[in-house]
Amino acid sequence: MMTVLTGIGVGSTAAAGPCVQFTPPVNAPTDEAVPSGPEQLATATEAIRSALGKVCAELSAAAEVNAGQTLGDVLAATAEMASDPEYAELAIGHLATHGPANALTVATEEFATMFRAIGGYMAERVADLNSVRDRAVAHILGVESGGLAELTEPAVVVAHELTPADTSGLDMSKVIALVTEVGGPTSHTAIIARQLGLPCVVKVDGATTVPAGTVLAVDGARGQVIVDPDERTLAAIQERMERYARLLDDDRPGATSDGHPVQLLANIGTTADARAAASQPVEGIGLFRTEFMFLDSDQEPCIEVQAEAYREVLSAFAGRKVVVRTLDAGADKPLAYANLSIEANPALGQRAYRLVRSVPHLMAHQLTALAQAIDACPNTETWVMAPMISTATEAADFMARAEAAGLGGKARIGIMVEVPAAALCADEVLSTVQFASIGTNDLAQYTMATDRELGALADLIDRWQPAVLRLVAQTAEAGQRTATPVGVCGESASDPLMALVLVGMGITSLSMSTASIPAVRFALRHTSLETCQQMARAALGAADSTEAVSAVQNLLNEEVRQAMALE
Amino acid sequence: MPSIEATVRAAEGLHARPASLFVQAAKKAKVPVTISMGDSEPVSAASMLRVLTLGAKCGDTVTLSAEGEGAEEALAELAKVLAEVE
Repeated sequence: MMTVLTGIGVGSTAAAGPCVQFTPPVNAPTDEAVPSGPEQLATATEAIRSALGKVCAELSAAAEVNAGQTLGDVLAATAEMASDPEYAELAIGHLATHGPANALTVATEEFATMFRAIGGYMAERVADLNSVRDRAVAHILGVESGGLAELTEPAVVVAHELTPADTSGLDMSKVIALVTEVGGPTSHTAIIARQLGLPCVVKVDGATTVPAGTVLAVDGARGQVIVDPDERTLAAIQERMERYARLLDDDRPGATSDGHPVQLLANIGTTADARAAASQPVEGIGLFRTEFMFLDSDQEPCIEVQAEAYREVLSAFAGRKVVVRTLDAGADKPLAYANLSIEANPALGQRAYRLVRSVPHLMAHQLTALAQAIDACPNTETWVMAPMISTATEAADFMARAEAAGLGGKARIGIMVEVPAAALCADEVLSTVQFASIGTNDLAQYTMATDRELGALADLIDRWQPAVLRLVAQTAEAGQRTATPVGVCGESASDPLMALVLVGMGITSLSMSTASIPAVRFALRHTSLETCQQMARAALGAADSTEAVSAVQNLLNEEVRQAMALE
Repeated sequence: MPSIEATVRAAEGLHARPASLFVQAAKKAKVPVTISMGDSEPVSAASMLRVLTLGAKCGDTVTLSAEGEGAEEALAELAKVLAEVE
């Protein structure tokens, strides 16, 4: 008898394999006894030395296995941290006031503070240092260390939830699917899964109680995790994935079955992403997030450094289109040199475009750097947009800043629609600019007054919520009235079913992770514009998100239904 | 105290692999060696974490110091590691 666990599915793929459980690291207990007397002190000292010795041995062994690769070098350097005599001495020095696990934690934080003060590359090494601490603390307490045992074979990774630090430590080439107990459709795990094209189901009750080694079939399309699947289930998944692989054969530009063109574009966040996306059959970049350079640095990157990075991305797309989004800092991506004051509600605070109120030079420098990069790449069709625009006045202000920085005539200037106010006044806002791109993740968060990361409220922020769909439709209609292109660059665009609805509303381009493009291209290629329009009407008229999905599914033709694994 | 100046040649700076190799060599030296850069306080060359906190980049000049029998040899050996690891 197969058990089926359900959650929120991500992507349209499925995979099966044995699972490994990813457990969070153990913290030093708050009630740990401070050693009293020479005997206990000697025991605690030995506990610290022995724990660090074991960690060094473990990491050195792991470094051996990965010798000659970057991972091997990182592991060897981390092993060297564990065997640093001054690290042990510093921790032992804290035994006067702390138990051994806490003494080691305090010593680690002292080094981590120094690393953070240096910033950049060293700040990133804090994660390595913390991994030494986590392993050593587990040894001191005599418990299983958190994280993962080595991934020796392809496996389904199951976790309570995965943070960026957790996923950066995973050997993704051996991960065949991700399952988390908590999270929502736009949580970190879901975004990583979409980027890599991995099947993923989040918010699965009971996932973390499945014993390691159990075979799980993870179906992102259905939002199901099948425990101990039978032969028939495994065969069905394999057949479906073979059919899915054939979707990749189509590399023509995106269009409906009757030839209505819809640009299919990629979302990227680094120059490395740009190089990878450039080799794919995409019509360009629909969202180039420029934060990477700013977040990696403890001061604003100078104009020359920025211009060079932008030039690198633009030149990779000569003959194609690149939509650049200006700095979207603040809220979940704070910048020490931009977010000067503490805000109680950063998602509603001075973030993104709004930073022009306090640090206008950031925007001016970035736009100047973009103008320089565009001059060097005249064959790339460059569009530039500002995030978090709320009013037509702000839109006009951004146009003026772009003009002042020398972008006029060189690039199309537009804005992101992600604040409901901008969607509600779409006619006024769109007549001010040359294009718009709807960020559906933030638009849903602000429309539904629901934090994107809160799994408990995931149903409220569902991309099929009629209120969110109506704002998208209203913006698309305003785009048609004012002859302004309106694209979508949020997670919604990567859902083939939703993509059809968006096209039916009048959206002219869809931008998503490159892994999501083949399925969207397939769905469009096999659906007429008229059907898309019917689907849009059905979704908009639905009472809730469940009804919206089923109304649209009923209009799907058999071929797409099969490819998307819908019954 | 005998000291020697050396230039970091590793492209990525005194991090990761270059730092590991340098620290391992310092641990093998017969005398304790310190390393400093600019006005920074000298730190133990055998401490990976202290060496990392120098933040030495490719092309930076560091000062190695040691005292006692075999100091000169130890310094020359460590300077060689910095110059040779790329």
